[in-house]
Amino acid sequence: MAASPVEVDPVTVVLESHRNTPGALLPILHEIQDALGYIPRDAVVRVADAMNLSRAEVHGVVTYYHDFRSEPPARHVVQVCRAEACQSVGAEALIGQVRERLGCAKQERSADGRYSVEPVYCLGLCASGPSLMIDERLHARMTQEKFEQLASRMEKES
Amino acid sequence: MKEVTVYVPKDSAALAVGANEVAAALQVQCGDRGLPIRIVRNGSRGLLWLEPLVEVATTGGRVAYGPVTVDDVPGLLDAGLLEGAPHALCQGAVEAIPYLATQERLTFARVGVNDPLSITDYEALDGFSGLRRAATLDSTAIIEEVTNSGLRGRGGAAFPTGIKWKTVRLAEGPQKYVVCNADEGDSGTFSDRMTMEGDPFMLIEGMAITALAAEATEGYIYIRSEYPHAIASMNEAIARAEAAGFLGDDVAGSGKSFRLSVRKAAGAYVCGEETAMLESIEGKRGIVRSKPPLPALQGLFGKPTVINNVITFASVPIILSRGAEFYRDYGVGRSRGTLPLQLAGNIKYGGLIEKAFGVTLRQLIYEYGGGTRSGRPVKAVQVGGPLGAYVPESQWDVPLDYEAYAAMGAAIGHGGIVVHDDTANLSKLARYAMEYCAIESCGKCTPCRIGSTRGVEVIDRITAGGTAVASQSEQVELLRSLCDTMLNGSLCALGAMIPFPVLSALNQYPADFRIVEPAHPRAAS
Ligand SMILES: Cc1cc2nc3c(=O)[nH]c(=O)nc-3n(C[C@H](O)[C@H](O)[C@H](O)COP(=O)(O)O)c2cc1C
Ligand code: SF4
Ligand code: FES
Repeated sequence: MAASPVEVDPVTVVLESHRNTPGALLPILHEIQDALGYIPRDAVVRVADAMNLSRAEVHGVVTYYHDFRSEPPARHVVQVCRAEACQSVGAEALIGQVRERLGCAKQERSADGRYSVEPVYCLGLCASGPSLMIDERLHARMTQEKFEQLASRMEKES
Repeated sequence: MKEVTVYVPKDSAALAVGANEVAAALQVQCGDRGLPIRIVRNGSRGLLWLEPLVEVATTGGRVAYGPVTVDDVPGLLDAGLLEGAPHALCQGAVEAIPYLATQERLTFARVGVNDPLSITDYEALDGFSGLRRAATLDSTAIIEEVTNSGLRGRGGAAFPTGIKWKTVRLAEGPQKYVVCNADEGDSGTFSDRMTMEGDPFMLIEGMAITALAAEATEGYIYIRSEYPHAIASMNEAIARAEAAGFLGDDVAGSGKSFRLSVRKAAGAYVCGEETAMLESIEGKRGIVRSKPPLPALQGLFGKPTVINNVITFASVPIILSRGAEFYRDYGVGRSRGTLPLQLAGNIKYGGLIEKAFGVTLRQLIYEYGGGTRSGRPVKAVQVGGPLGAYVPESQWDVPLDYEAYAAMGAAIGHGGIVVHDDTANLSKLARYAMEYCAIESCGKCTPCRIGSTRGVEVIDRITAGGTAVASQSEQVELLRSLCDTMLNGSLCALGAMIPFPVLSALNQYPADFRIVEPAHPRAAS
């Protein structure tokens, strides 16, 4: 209970807090990912044991949903909407520019591991497209110039 | 000097274009100038091209300015923003802006007006009066009121809401659930999000009334993970409603209990399908269940469950407070009441427009929307999300009505309207539809899982050009028969409706598919 912060293991805390939650698997996985950035293999094992599920079941859920990651994320995750409303105002070109700018032209993640550019299917900003989200922050009416400002701000951060 | 109230929206669509920065700049610069202000973070009025839309309370009512950037703030203050003075960005009295003034806002009446998380503000504008009335009625009387209002589900399938509730009420079992579908996966739609961010108590009130009607004691709101602000808003509103006695052991003095919690989805479009959503809340992969059994009888954890869309629940409080007849008086045919439409894509004045059924697409696109944002001609309009058809111009004067749309092979769905200008290539959009289906398919049925990937390949072969005309028409035939198979052999609307955008694109825009001979419209739309 009164363990000092250094000793607290996030997976244990999450599992404890959901003892009485019905159908708790999604909230548990979300909270583990919030704490660790992804869902490590050993967490899958511990979640399975704690919930009386097979590892395959938990693994199946982790891989089924687009949100859950089995690997640590890049330092900055840029999610660009490529759904219809954003397409109608140039999302496709924007995605190309974003990829190019962050060194992700050929692959999802930049060679230095700092950036990843991922598609997302609608952020609910469809009247103000094109839209994107950087590390959970929303940006709409995006242009190449506006993205350049965001990109240089990311570069300045360590 | 007297303190002036200034409104700066905190809706996602305002935050995404800098509303927080504008609010901070106002606070600091008014402080520097010794101008006392109180900033209220309201929801959005839905005039989204004007966001961030700053409003100032004056003796003559609220005056609007937008779109405001941080750089505009000093000039606005110089001009006399706090007195509602003229400025290039001044839009005049907000409630007189025609876009807003001509709407029929029943569900969105409060959105954008006040602090969405203030119960006092909510009650000052008729909030919780529907629930207070429901708490004095027995469950059959509540259901009768909703049935008589003519309300149908706003999530897409338009099923009569009262009938669904009645099935759950009559089902046997000590434990029943109310589940809100807030997955809002359809691109081009955002009315659920605006409701949850802009008037969360309305959704809570609607769900609490439903719980009394269906005799359910527990509820979930399943919200897509792409909506972090809606999730935060609902969690806070639930806590406040519980503290104020509108949720919990004794809902609004009814003596009945109802507990509500939020579930965050995990980025799977198909989990908006109601049975896949139930699987997901139960902690499983979101695979569509076969029906029967109906979720109304065996739903969440196998128990009787009411599932409705956010807007369906949000329409209920006013039906209870003003009566079934008041609501039913809006609309046409069997489509009663109002629908919050979402005007999106390449549109000059995009936003939320709540109108009675019967409004036309042409009115929406031109009278409200002002045509395309690019200024080029409108080429294509997709109604009803990614599974909706491209509605040809010859049908833009058809009154919006579930039956009329079904008759022309289209669907209103969740009320999303996405406009494309003449630079759009409809074969690319058709290909995208198939690709999207392949990405999001739950995998249960072959026509959807495999057919969608085949669809991408066939469209690629059609548009490749250089192929002999005979072989191209063979490929077109193949695409049509593939669509037929998907339409008839899919368990849910993802596989069964993806043919709508694909075939309507093919039939109306054969040139985009590099088809020289006109494609003969055979299948629906
Ligand atoms: C693939 C698919 C996705 C769906 N997505 C949603 C959604 O995001 N929100 C929603 O309310 N209904 C969605 N539906 C419809 C639901 O299955 C269901 O009809 C609805 O939640 C019932 O509520 P209503 O009667 O209030 O409309 C979807 C259906 C399918 C087949
Ligand atoms: S149509 Fe597609 S999404 Fe729907 S149940 Fe079948 S495989 Fe799953
Ligand atoms: S389509 Fe891009 S935000 Fe909705």
